[in-house]
This record gives sequence, structure tokens and C-alpha cells, in this order.
Amino acid sequence: MTEEIIIAGFGGQGVLSMGKILAYSGVMQDQEVAWFPSYGPEMRGGTANVTVILSDERISSPILNEYDTAIILNQQSMTKFESRVKVGGTLIYDPNGIVKHPSRKDINILRVEGSKLAIEMGNPLTFNMIVLGAFLKAKPVIKLENVKKGLEKSLPERHHKLIPLNLAAIDKGQENLEVVQTV
Amino acid sequence: MGELRLMKGNEVIAIAAIRCGGDAYFGYPITPQSEVMETLMAERPWEDTGMVVLQAESEIASINMVYGAAGCGKRVMTSSSSPGISLMAEGISYMAGSELPCVIVNVQRGGPGLGTIQPSQADYNQATKGGGHGDYSLLVLAPASVQEMHDFVVLGFELAFKYRNPVMILADGVIGQLMEKVKLIDQRPRWTNEQIAEISGSWITVGKSKNRKKHVITSLEMDSSIMEGNNLRLQEKYNRMKAEEVRFEAIECDDAEYILVAFGSAARICQKTVQIARKKGVKVGLIRPITLFPFPEKIISEYATKVKGFLSVEFNAGQMVNDIRLAVNGKTRVEYFGRMGGIIPPPDEVEVALHQKLIKG
Repeated sequence: MTEEIIIAGFGGQGVLSMGKILAYSGVMQDQEVAWFPSYGPEMRGGTANVTVILSDERISSPILNEYDTAIILNQQSMTKFESRVKVGGTLIYDPNGIVKHPSRKDINILRVEGSKLAIEMGNPLTFNMIVLGAFLKAKPVIKLENVKKGLEKSLPERHHKLIPLNLAAIDKGQENLEVVQTV
Repeated sequence: MGELRLMKGNEVIAIAAIRCGGDAYFGYPITPQSEVMETLMAERPWEDTGMVVLQAESEIASINMVYGAAGCGKRVMTSSSSPGISLMAEGISYMAGSELPCVIVNVQRGGPGLGTIQPSQADYNQATKGGGHGDYSLLVLAPASVQEMHDFVVLGFELAFKYRNPVMILADGVIGQLMEKVKLIDQRPRWTNEQIAEISGSWITVGKSKNRKKHVITSLEMDSSIMEGNNLRLQEKYNRMKAEEVRFEAIECDDAEYILVAFGSAARICQKTVQIARKKGVKVGLIRPITLFPFPEKIISEYATKVKGFLSVEFNAGQMVNDIRLAVNGKTRVEYFGRMGGIIPPPDEVEVALHQKLIKG
């Protein structure tokens, strides 16, 4: 199994840390992992994306042109990455702020109202974990118990009290994944 | 034994320097390798192993601090990125001339000049052909994974002391920023003064005792006949490295009709290119030089009689391609493909280049 994922959105949305938690979870599952970020010089507000590769084998290139799954969190990223999902691959997006919805017919398209649900949960910072939950529902490449271990490993100890909230957010995402189209 | 962690290439450079018993790090921050010193500062090794970590006032100061510490037989490291390495060039030449061991990490970015903060491999010639003045060579290691960033710090110190020569780890922004699984060595103790005396007692300057000859560490020699002798000794040492230290990886070369040659992050990308091309029935392999000096010319020369051509893939204007051409010596075709200025081509783009430049061309 090799799963090549791009997570793309604004800096500050938790794109890189979502990727990191996914990568840590892969390590907990004894997989080979690669996490490669791409971002501008800004701390917040610029575009940020991260490639995460999970595999049972040695990972070759961390730089990719096509992905099995694209997790898209803003319009710029939709414009840039919709065309770069492999035929038969999966695109997951948060419709918040999206003006041009995906139109390809040869990929699976799913959505999750991450921003809206995060506000409902009373903490906008749960956004990225809601999206991660939705991804894991669509592509159960990592067991949830390993995601929990990944969270424990990637969050500094002083933030461990936030783990239950993060796990609740993952559940929320799993429950609210909407299928737009399957191929 | 063998703690498993998920870390960035830059971070692991710092951890490996501490764990292998490093005595000192002197550096000056520059993107894309600032995490090296950030990690060292966060780890506070001076409280634990006694390792010194110091942000110098400049790269020039850093490399001269490295010179001083190395002269005492200490295991000392610095790191920088391309423009910073240029500033260090004088000090590096002096260290090579004075035969001082150290590890220098260059996490390359695009140049020339201040260039860009994005990844590049445009310092290949600087690393392998000098960079500073004079007839000298560094032993140059090119990591292609986070694990190798770790392993080459450990290996780098071993080789630096084996040959009394600066070792350069020539990484790039991709490997520096990439996060992967890495198995860390257990903490090793720093050398005691007794161990240092045993290993390097014949040349270090740590205070002269009454009964021994004075040790002088210098690259200066006004008598040309002696200076030529010094040069010949250095050349003999570089030849010994060529005989003993060549490292490379050959992937799917056995039945290959075409061979890609790439180091560092370019080699990772080319591994995927090999997979893509083989799925389409093109018999292509990959030679990944791990030591850039000494260059793995023998293996390339051997394959030169077996394949229809080599494609050198490097993120510069074509630098390593010249070393491949020397090794091939006209026996088959050697072409180059690369991108510059911080652009990193995905594997598919390399595959297209393979067709255009070598197969159809």
C-alpha cells in the first residue's frame, strides 16, 4: 500500500500540523512515511501545502505531480490541485470559501463542512482534525488507535489535555463526510 | 537501542551531532537550515554532554572557531546554506591546508549571490572542486534521506579523523525540510582528554609539555620545496580516499539500457522516475553517488560499455555531468537535465526529459 496525499490551504489553518499528525500516525502503524512542506515566507495567510506519503515500502520521491488524495481547504488550492488528482483518486474539500467547485468526472469527490463544524464545536482550532477525520473515513489507511498514538507523540505534553477534544473532532469529521461523487 | 523518531533532516543533523559525542557547534543562521542551530539550542547539550553550541557573529567567525576547536583535537561541526558556505570558503581552504578534521553541512539553496531560499544543488562544483583556493579536496557526502542526514554526521566525524580532513555533508533544502522516520544512535560519550591525546596526540595544540617537540598547525610554508611536499602529501591522501571511500547505490542497473545519475533529493525523484519508466517497459536504472568526492567513476565507467546512455539529473545548470563525462570517456552518450533557481521537477518531468534527451534524441 502506498498513499500519496496533498493537503493544501492557507497558512494558519493547521495544514502542516494535520500532515504531521497523519505522518506520526503512520509511524505508529509501522509504515514508512514522508512529510514535505511547501510554503511562502509568511507565518499566516499565505498558501501552505504539505505532501504526506504513507507506504509499506521504501518511499522514493517526496516531490510529486499527481496524488492519490487531495485534501483541499481553499479556492487557490482547488485551482492548483484539482487537476493533479490521479484518475480514480479522491478529492476531499471544505466548501467554505470555494467559489468554483470541482468538476472532474473521473475522480471521487467528497466534502466536509470543516469550518462550520469547528465553529459548532466551539473551537475553530478543531478544524484540521475534523478534516482529518473525514479523510480517514474516506480512506481508512490508518487505524484510529494509531491516530491517537500519533497525537500523543506529536503534541507536546503540555497540550495532551487537548487530545480528547481532537479525538472528538476526528469523530465529528467521520460522521459528517458527504459523498458528492464516486467513480 | 535505536530510538525511532519522526524528524526533519535539519533537526536530525543537530541530534546526531550531540549523540555521536560532538564537542562543539559554531554557526550562523540562514534559511533553509536554521533548524540545525534551533534544535541544538532547544536540546541544551551543554547541560548534558558538555557540548558547546555558539551562534557566532558571522559565518567567517564560525569557521574560524571550528578551526580553533579542531586544532585541539575536538569533534566540531558547523552548518550553513550556500551564501554562508561561500563566506566560509577561506577558512575551509585553510583547514584543508592545515589538515584539520571537521564536519561542515551545506543545506543548499538556489544561487548565485543571495539567490533564493528554495532548494538547489548548484554548489556541487564548489563542494567537490574546491570553492576556496589551492589544490585541496573535501570528502563530500550527499544524503538522500533523513536517515542519511543522521548517519552521515556520524560517518563524517569518523572520516574527518581518519584522514585529518574537513568532511562536507552536501544536502539541499528538500532533504533539510523533509520529515521521515529516523533511527537514532544512542548517546555516545564525548572523548576524554586522554582519548584525544591517544587519537590525535601527535599533532594537536593543547599546550606543550617539556619533553615533546612543539606542534604547529598552519597552512603557511615559505619554502617552496617543503610546500610542494605538503601538496604531494595532500594529493596522496586524496588518492587514498579515492581508493577506499567511494560510496554509491545502484538501483535496477543490471538490465538497464539507460542510466540516470543523480544525488541527494534528485536521486529520490529519479527513483520514482525509474518506477514510472519501467512500468512503461523502458529499461532504466539509477546510479546514486553517495560520495561526490571521491566520485564513483569506476562503476560509471563499467556501465558505460553496457548502456545506450546516461542522463545526469541535477538541480543546477549541469555540474556533475562533467564528472560523468570524464568517467564515461566518450564510450557512450551523456546528457544532462536539470532545473535551477529553486525549481524542483517532479518525477514525471524527469521521465519526459529521459525520452526527449536520451531515448529519442
